[in-house]
Amino acid sequence: MSYRVGEPVTIADRAHRGHHRTPAYLKGKPGRVERVHAAFRNPETRAYGDDGLPRMPLYLVSFARSDLWPGARASGDHRVYVDVFEHWLEEGK
Amino acid sequence: MERGVHDRGGLPTEERIDRREHALEDWEVLTDALAGALARRGLVNVDELRRGIESIPPVEYERASYYERWLLSIESILSEKGVLAAGELDRRAAG
Amino acid sequence: MSEHAHDHDHAPITDAQGPAAARRARALEQLLVEKGVLRAEEIRAGIDWLVSRTPADGARLVARAWVDPEFKQRLLADARSAALELGLDPGPSPVVVALENTEAVHHMVVCTLCSCYPRALLGPPPAWYKSLPYRSRAVSDPRGVLAEFGLEIHDDVQLRVFDSTADIRYLVIPRRPPGTDELSEEQLAALVTRDSMIGVAQPAAPALA
Repeated sequence: MSYRVGEPVTIADRAHRGHHRTPAYLKGKPGRVERVHAAFRNPETRAYGDDGLPRMPLYLVSFARSDLWPGARASGDHRVYVDVFEHWLEEGK
Repeated sequence: MERGVHDRGGLPTEERIDRREHALEDWEVLTDALAGALARRGLVNVDELRRGIESIPPVEYERASYYERWLLSIESILSEKGVLAAGELDRRAAG
Repeated sequence: MSEHAHDHDHAPITDAQGPAAARRARALEQLLVEKGVLRAEEIRAGIDWLVSRTPADGARLVARAWVDPEFKQRLLADARSAALELGLDPGPSPVVVALENTEAVHHMVVCTLCSCYPRALLGPPPAWYKSLPYRSRAVSDPRGVLAEFGLEIHDDVQLRVFDSTADIRYLVIPRRPPGTDELSEEQLAALVTRDSMIGVAQPAAPALA
Protein backbone atom coordinates (compact mmCIF):
# COMPACT_ATOMS: atom_id res chain seq x y z
CA MET A 1 0.00 0.00 0.00
CA SER A 2 1.51 3.34 -0.91
CA TYR A 3 0.30 6.81 0.01
CA ARG A 4 0.12 10.20 -1.67
CA VAL A 5 0.75 13.72 -0.46
CA GLY A 6 -2.33 15.07 1.28
CA GLU A 7 -3.75 11.66 2.10
CA PRO A 8 -5.01 10.99 5.63
CA VAL A 9 -3.27 8.10 7.38
CA THR A 10 -3.30 6.49 10.80
CA ILE A 11 -0.16 5.25 12.54
CA ALA A 12 -0.42 1.57 13.43
CA ASP A 13 -1.10 0.97 17.09
CA ARG A 14 1.35 -1.91 17.36
CA ALA A 15 3.52 -2.96 20.23
CA HIS A 16 6.98 -3.59 18.77
CA ARG A 17 9.46 -5.14 21.06
CA GLY A 18 12.67 -4.40 19.26
CA HIS A 19 14.34 -1.34 17.86
CA HIS A 20 11.99 0.78 15.82
CA ARG A 21 11.78 4.46 14.97
CA THR A 22 8.04 5.12 15.32
CA PRO A 23 7.61 7.13 18.52
CA ALA A 24 5.00 5.95 21.04
CA TYR A 25 3.22 9.29 21.03
CA LEU A 26 2.20 8.70 17.38
CA LYS A 27 0.87 5.16 17.64
CA GLY A 28 -2.80 4.91 16.78
CA LYS A 29 -2.96 8.60 15.87
CA PRO A 30 -4.32 10.21 12.69
CA GLY A 31 -2.03 12.22 10.45
CA ARG A 32 -1.63 13.57 6.92
CA VAL A 33 1.05 12.73 4.36
CA GLU A 34 3.17 15.81 3.64
CA ARG A 35 6.01 14.35 1.59
CA VAL A 36 6.92 11.08 -0.03
CA HIS A 37 10.61 10.51 0.66
CA ALA A 38 12.83 7.94 -1.03
CA ALA A 39 13.04 4.40 0.34
CA PHE A 40 15.61 3.60 3.01
CA ARG A 41 17.13 0.50 4.60
CA ASN A 42 14.99 -0.77 7.45
CA PRO A 43 16.46 0.27 10.81
CA GLU A 44 14.39 -2.42 12.57
CA THR A 45 16.49 -5.15 11.00
CA ARG A 46 19.73 -3.20 10.60
CA ALA A 47 19.77 -2.80 14.36
CA TYR A 48 20.39 -6.54 14.63
CA GLY A 49 23.16 -6.75 12.08
CA ASP A 50 21.00 -7.35 9.01
CA ASP A 51 21.65 -5.34 5.83
CA GLY A 52 18.22 -3.72 6.17
CA LEU A 53 17.13 -4.63 2.65
CA PRO A 54 14.77 -4.31 0.94
CA ARG A 55 14.55 -0.55 1.32
CA MET A 56 11.24 0.63 2.79
CA PRO A 57 9.37 3.73 1.63
CA LEU A 58 9.50 6.63 4.08
CA TYR A 59 6.94 9.42 4.42
CA LEU A 60 6.84 12.77 6.17
CA VAL A 61 3.54 12.72 8.09
CA SER A 62 2.06 15.65 10.02
CA PHE A 63 -0.13 15.52 13.09
CA ALA A 64 -2.32 18.07 14.87
CA ARG A 65 -1.43 18.73 18.51
CA SER A 66 -5.08 18.27 19.39
CA ASP A 67 -5.03 14.73 17.95
CA LEU A 68 -1.80 13.78 19.73
CA TRP A 69 -2.67 15.21 23.15
CA PRO A 70 -6.42 15.75 23.10
CA GLY A 71 -6.91 16.71 26.71
CA ALA A 72 -3.89 18.92 27.04
CA ARG A 73 -4.13 22.54 28.05
CA ALA A 74 -3.30 24.42 24.89
CA SER A 75 -0.83 27.27 24.80
CA GLY A 76 -1.47 27.90 21.13
CA ASP A 77 -1.58 25.41 18.32
CA HIS A 78 1.13 23.47 16.47
CA ARG A 79 1.62 20.51 14.16
CA VAL A 80 4.20 17.79 14.57
CA TYR A 81 6.01 16.46 11.48
CA VAL A 82 7.62 13.03 11.65
CA ASP A 83 9.31 10.66 9.17
CA VAL A 84 7.43 7.35 9.33
CA PHE A 85 8.03 4.14 7.38
CA GLU A 86 5.26 2.85 5.13
CA HIS A 87 4.79 -0.34 7.11
CA TRP A 88 3.68 1.76 10.08
CA LEU A 89 0.96 3.53 8.09
CA GLU A 90 -2.65 2.50 7.67
CA GLU A 91 -5.36 4.19 5.67
CA GLY A 92 -6.82 7.15 7.52
CA LYS A 93 -10.44 8.12 7.86
CA MET B 1 1.17 1.49 25.08
CA GLU B 2 4.56 0.50 26.47
CA ARG B 3 7.49 2.53 25.33
CA GLY B 4 11.24 2.18 25.53
CA VAL B 5 13.12 4.39 28.01
CA HIS B 6 14.58 6.33 25.07
CA ASP B 7 11.15 7.17 23.62
CA ARG B 8 10.62 10.55 25.26
CA GLY B 9 8.21 12.47 23.05
CA GLY B 10 5.31 13.94 24.99
CA LEU B 11 6.31 12.52 28.37
CA PRO B 12 5.15 14.79 31.18
CA THR B 13 8.14 16.28 32.95
CA GLU B 14 8.81 18.93 35.54
CA GLU B 15 12.50 19.05 34.66
CA ARG B 16 13.50 22.39 33.23
CA ILE B 17 15.71 22.54 30.15
CA ASP B 18 19.26 23.40 31.18
CA ARG B 19 20.41 25.76 28.44
CA ARG B 20 24.02 26.12 29.56
CA GLU B 21 26.65 25.43 26.95
CA HIS B 22 28.96 22.49 27.56
CA ALA B 23 32.02 22.06 25.40
CA LEU B 24 32.62 18.41 24.64
CA GLU B 25 35.30 16.75 26.74
CA ASP B 26 38.15 15.03 24.90
CA TRP B 27 36.82 11.60 25.89
CA GLU B 28 33.40 12.49 24.44
CA VAL B 29 34.90 13.50 21.10
CA LEU B 30 36.95 10.28 21.22
CA THR B 31 33.82 8.20 21.88
CA ASP B 32 32.03 9.84 18.98
CA ALA B 33 35.01 9.22 16.70
CA LEU B 34 35.24 5.58 17.80
CA ALA B 35 31.57 5.09 16.99
CA GLY B 36 32.04 6.72 13.58
CA ALA B 37 35.06 4.58 12.76
CA LEU B 38 33.26 1.41 13.87
CA ALA B 39 30.28 2.39 11.69
CA ARG B 40 32.47 3.02 8.64
CA ARG B 41 34.03 -0.41 9.12
CA GLY B 42 30.59 -2.00 9.35
CA LEU B 43 31.25 -3.21 12.88
CA VAL B 44 28.62 -1.19 14.73
CA ASN B 45 26.14 0.55 12.44
CA VAL B 46 24.12 3.52 13.69
CA ASP B 47 21.00 1.42 14.18
CA GLU B 48 22.95 -1.09 16.28
CA LEU B 49 24.39 1.77 18.32
CA ARG B 50 20.87 3.09 18.94
CA ARG B 51 19.54 -0.36 19.76
CA GLY B 52 22.36 -0.81 22.26
CA ILE B 53 21.51 2.52 23.88
CA GLU B 54 17.82 1.62 24.05
CA SER B 55 18.67 -1.65 25.78
CA ILE B 56 20.36 0.07 28.69
CA PRO B 57 18.28 -0.63 31.82
CA PRO B 58 16.01 2.40 32.38
CA VAL B 59 17.50 3.54 35.67
CA GLU B 60 20.99 3.42 34.20
CA TYR B 61 19.84 5.11 30.96
CA GLU B 62 18.48 8.08 32.87
CA ARG B 63 21.55 8.31 35.13
CA ALA B 64 24.14 8.00 32.37
CA SER B 65 25.44 11.00 30.48
CA TYR B 66 24.91 11.12 26.72
CA TYR B 67 28.29 9.74 25.68
CA GLU B 68 28.33 7.28 28.56
CA ARG B 69 25.31 5.72 26.87
CA TRP B 70 27.30 5.48 23.65
CA LEU B 71 30.14 3.72 25.47
CA LEU B 72 27.75 1.27 27.12
CA SER B 73 26.16 0.53 23.78
CA ILE B 74 29.43 0.10 21.89
CA GLU B 75 30.72 -2.25 24.57
CA SER B 76 27.51 -4.26 24.49
CA ILE B 77 27.39 -4.60 20.69
CA LEU B 78 31.08 -5.46 20.41
CA SER B 79 30.71 -8.06 23.16
CA GLU B 80 27.73 -9.52 21.33
CA LYS B 81 29.91 -9.84 18.25
CA GLY B 82 32.83 -11.35 20.15
CA VAL B 83 35.14 -8.42 19.45
CA LEU B 84 35.39 -7.70 23.18
CA ALA B 85 35.47 -10.42 25.79
CA ALA B 86 33.17 -10.19 28.83
CA GLY B 87 34.66 -7.82 31.39
CA GLU B 88 37.63 -6.99 29.15
CA LEU B 89 36.85 -3.29 29.00
CA ASP B 90 36.24 -3.15 32.77
CA ARG B 91 39.65 -4.70 33.41
CA ARG B 92 41.45 -2.39 31.02
CA ALA B 93 39.68 0.69 32.38
CA ALA B 94 40.58 -0.28 35.95
CA GLY B 95 44.20 -1.22 35.19
CA MET C 1 29.69 -0.12 35.06
CA SER C 2 32.51 -1.12 37.45
CA GLU C 3 32.38 -0.29 41.15
CA HIS C 4 35.10 1.97 42.52
CA ALA C 5 36.64 2.23 45.98
CA HIS C 6 35.95 5.27 48.14
CA ASP C 7 39.55 6.15 48.88
CA HIS C 8 39.84 9.08 46.50
CA ASP C 9 38.12 12.42 46.00
CA HIS C 10 34.95 12.43 43.95
CA ALA C 11 34.56 14.98 41.22
CA PRO C 12 31.55 17.29 41.69
CA ILE C 13 28.28 15.39 41.35
CA THR C 14 27.56 16.70 37.87
CA ASP C 15 30.94 15.41 36.70
CA ALA C 16 30.84 12.23 38.78
CA GLN C 17 30.71 10.14 35.64
CA GLY C 18 33.42 12.12 33.89
CA PRO C 19 36.69 10.59 35.08
CA ALA C 20 35.40 6.98 34.98
CA ALA C 21 33.87 7.46 31.55
CA ALA C 22 37.08 9.07 30.26
CA ARG C 23 39.04 6.01 31.41
CA ARG C 24 36.57 3.69 29.71
CA ALA C 25 36.72 5.62 26.45
CA ARG C 26 40.51 5.54 26.40
CA ALA C 27 40.52 1.88 27.40
CA LEU C 28 38.13 1.11 24.57
CA GLU C 29 40.36 2.98 22.12
CA GLN C 30 43.44 1.09 23.31
CA LEU C 31 41.76 -2.29 23.06
CA LEU C 32 40.37 -1.64 19.59
CA VAL C 33 43.73 -0.45 18.24
CA GLU C 34 45.63 -3.30 19.92
CA LYS C 35 43.24 -5.84 18.46
CA GLY C 36 43.67 -4.34 15.00
CA VAL C 37 39.97 -3.50 14.84
CA LEU C 38 40.66 0.18 14.24
CA ARG C 39 43.77 2.14 13.29
CA ALA C 40 44.94 5.12 15.31
CA GLU C 41 44.94 7.23 12.12
CA GLU C 42 41.27 6.70 11.37
CA ILE C 43 40.30 7.57 14.94
CA ARG C 44 42.42 10.72 14.65
CA ALA C 45 40.75 11.58 11.34
CA GLY C 46 37.34 11.13 12.94
CA ILE C 47 38.27 13.44 15.81
CA ASP C 48 39.64 16.02 13.38
CA TRP C 49 36.42 15.97 11.37
CA LEU C 50 34.23 16.37 14.44
CA VAL C 51 36.17 19.31 15.83
CA SER C 52 36.11 21.00 12.42
CA ARG C 53 32.29 21.10 12.35
CA THR C 54 30.76 24.48 13.23
CA PRO C 55 27.49 26.34 12.62
CA ALA C 56 29.36 28.67 10.26
CA ASP C 57 28.72 26.19 7.44
CA GLY C 58 24.97 26.21 7.98
CA ALA C 59 25.08 29.99 8.31
CA ARG C 60 26.65 30.25 4.84
CA LEU C 61 23.76 28.29 3.36
CA VAL C 62 21.26 30.59 5.02
CA ALA C 63 23.03 33.80 4.04
CA ARG C 64 23.30 32.69 0.42
CA ALA C 65 19.60 31.80 0.43
CA TRP C 66 18.78 35.27 1.77
CA VAL C 67 20.63 37.09 -1.03
CA ASP C 68 20.02 34.69 -3.92
CA PRO C 69 16.39 33.61 -4.50
CA GLU C 70 17.35 31.00 -7.10
CA PHE C 71 19.85 29.44 -4.70
CA LYS C 72 17.13 29.43 -2.07
CA GLN C 73 14.89 27.38 -4.36
CA ARG C 74 17.69 24.91 -4.93
CA LEU C 75 18.32 24.77 -1.18
CA LEU C 76 14.66 24.04 -0.51
CA ALA C 77 14.58 21.36 -3.19
CA ASP C 78 17.75 19.57 -2.07
CA ALA C 79 19.81 21.02 0.76
CA ARG C 80 22.47 18.36 0.43
CA SER C 81 23.25 19.36 -3.15
CA ALA C 82 23.05 23.05 -2.28
CA ALA C 83 25.66 22.54 0.44
CA LEU C 84 27.96 20.76 -2.01
CA GLU C 85 27.47 23.65 -4.43
CA LEU C 86 29.00 25.99 -1.83
CA GLY C 87 31.86 23.58 -1.19
CA LEU C 88 30.43 22.52 2.17
CA ASP C 89 30.37 19.01 3.60
CA PRO C 90 26.71 18.04 4.12
CA GLY C 91 27.71 14.98 6.13
CA PRO C 92 26.89 11.28 5.81
CA SER C 93 23.12 11.69 5.86
CA PRO C 94 21.70 10.86 2.41
CA VAL C 95 19.04 13.58 2.60
CA VAL C 96 19.17 17.04 4.17
CA VAL C 97 16.01 19.16 4.09
CA ALA C 98 15.96 22.91 4.65
CA LEU C 99 12.79 24.28 6.26
CA GLU C 100 12.04 27.91 5.47
CA ASN C 101 10.57 30.15 8.15
CA THR C 102 8.19 32.75 6.77
CA GLU C 103 5.77 35.35 8.08
CA ALA C 104 3.21 32.54 8.32
CA VAL C 105 5.27 29.51 9.41
CA HIS C 106 7.92 28.86 12.07
CA HIS C 107 9.84 25.58 12.24
CA MET C 108 11.54 23.88 15.19
CA VAL C 109 13.56 20.63 15.16
CA VAL C 110 14.00 17.87 17.76
CA CYS C 111 14.91 14.19 17.90
CA THR C 112 12.68 12.70 20.59
CA LEU C 113 14.22 9.22 20.26
CA CYS C 114 17.90 10.15 20.50
CA SER C 115 19.77 13.21 19.15
CA CYS C 116 19.68 13.21 15.34
CA TYR C 117 21.01 16.56 14.20
CA PRO C 118 22.67 18.00 11.05
CA ARG C 119 26.12 17.91 12.67
CA ALA C 120 28.15 18.33 9.53
CA LEU C 121 26.54 21.74 8.94
CA LEU C 122 25.92 22.90 12.51
CA GLY C 123 28.63 21.22 14.59
CA PRO C 124 27.77 19.05 17.58
CA PRO C 125 24.30 19.56 19.05
CA PRO C 126 24.03 21.58 22.25
CA ALA C 127 23.55 19.59 25.45
CA TRP C 128 19.98 20.85 25.82
CA TYR C 129 19.01 19.46 22.41
CA LYS C 130 20.02 15.99 23.61
CA SER C 131 18.40 16.43 27.02
CA LEU C 132 15.40 14.43 28.20
CA PRO C 133 13.16 17.45 28.91
CA TYR C 134 13.74 19.00 25.47
CA ARG C 135 13.05 15.68 23.80
CA SER C 136 9.84 15.32 25.80
CA ARG C 137 8.45 18.83 25.57
CA ALA C 138 9.47 20.01 22.10
CA VAL C 139 6.67 17.98 20.52
CA SER C 140 3.98 18.45 23.18
CA ASP C 141 4.68 22.01 24.41
CA PRO C 142 6.84 23.77 21.81
CA ARG C 143 5.52 27.22 22.65
CA GLY C 144 6.40 26.64 26.29
CA VAL C 145 9.89 25.54 25.26
CA LEU C 146 10.30 28.55 22.98
CA ALA C 147 9.18 30.84 25.80
CA GLU C 148 12.01 29.40 27.94
CA PHE C 149 14.35 30.29 25.12
CA GLY C 150 12.94 33.80 25.08
CA LEU C 151 11.14 33.39 21.75
CA GLU C 152 7.46 34.10 21.41
CA ILE C 153 5.62 32.96 18.31
CA HIS C 154 2.30 34.70 17.65
CA ASP C 155 -0.81 32.57 17.65
CA ASP C 156 -1.44 33.30 13.98
CA VAL C 157 1.96 31.86 12.96
CA GLN C 158 1.82 28.13 12.21
CA LEU C 159 4.32 26.32 14.40
CA ARG C 160 5.73 23.13 12.84
CA VAL C 161 7.81 20.85 15.04
CA PHE C 162 9.93 18.32 13.14
CA ASP C 163 10.85 15.14 15.00
CA SER C 164 13.86 13.60 13.20
CA THR C 165 13.23 9.88 13.38
CA ALA C 166 14.93 8.60 10.24
CA ASP C 167 17.89 9.33 7.95
CA ILE C 168 16.70 12.78 6.90
CA ARG C 169 18.33 15.72 8.65
CA TYR C 170 16.45 18.99 9.04
CA LEU C 171 17.88 22.51 9.07
CA VAL C 172 15.82 25.65 9.64
CA ILE C 173 16.28 28.68 7.39
CA PRO C 174 15.41 31.51 9.76
CA ARG C 175 13.90 34.75 8.49
CA ARG C 176 16.26 37.49 7.41
CA PRO C 177 16.23 40.20 10.11
CA PRO C 178 14.87 43.63 9.14
CA GLY C 179 17.37 46.45 8.54
CA THR C 180 19.93 44.19 6.84
CA ASP C 181 19.60 45.36 3.23
CA GLU C 182 23.04 46.95 3.21
CA LEU C 183 24.90 43.99 4.66
CA SER C 184 27.21 41.76 2.65
CA GLU C 185 26.61 38.03 2.46
CA GLU C 186 29.47 37.49 4.92
CA GLN C 187 27.97 40.00 7.35
CA LEU C 188 24.60 38.29 7.03
CA ALA C 189 26.13 34.88 7.76
CA ALA C 190 27.55 36.29 11.01
CA LEU C 191 23.98 36.97 12.19
CA VAL C 192 22.83 33.38 11.68
CA THR C 193 23.14 31.54 14.98
CA ARG C 194 23.10 27.80 15.63
CA ASP C 195 19.92 28.17 17.65
CA SER C 196 18.15 29.99 14.81
CA MET C 197 18.90 27.02 12.55
CA ILE C 198 17.35 24.66 15.11
CA GLY C 199 14.35 26.95 15.41
CA VAL C 200 14.51 28.00 19.07
CA ALA C 201 15.77 31.52 18.35
CA GLN C 202 15.78 34.20 15.70
CA PRO C 203 19.01 35.35 14.09
CA ALA C 204 20.95 38.15 15.76
CA ALA C 205 19.93 41.72 14.98
CA PRO C 206 22.39 43.68 12.82
CA ALA C 207 23.24 46.20 15.56
CA LEU C 208 24.83 43.40 17.60
CA ALA C 209 26.94 41.96 14.79
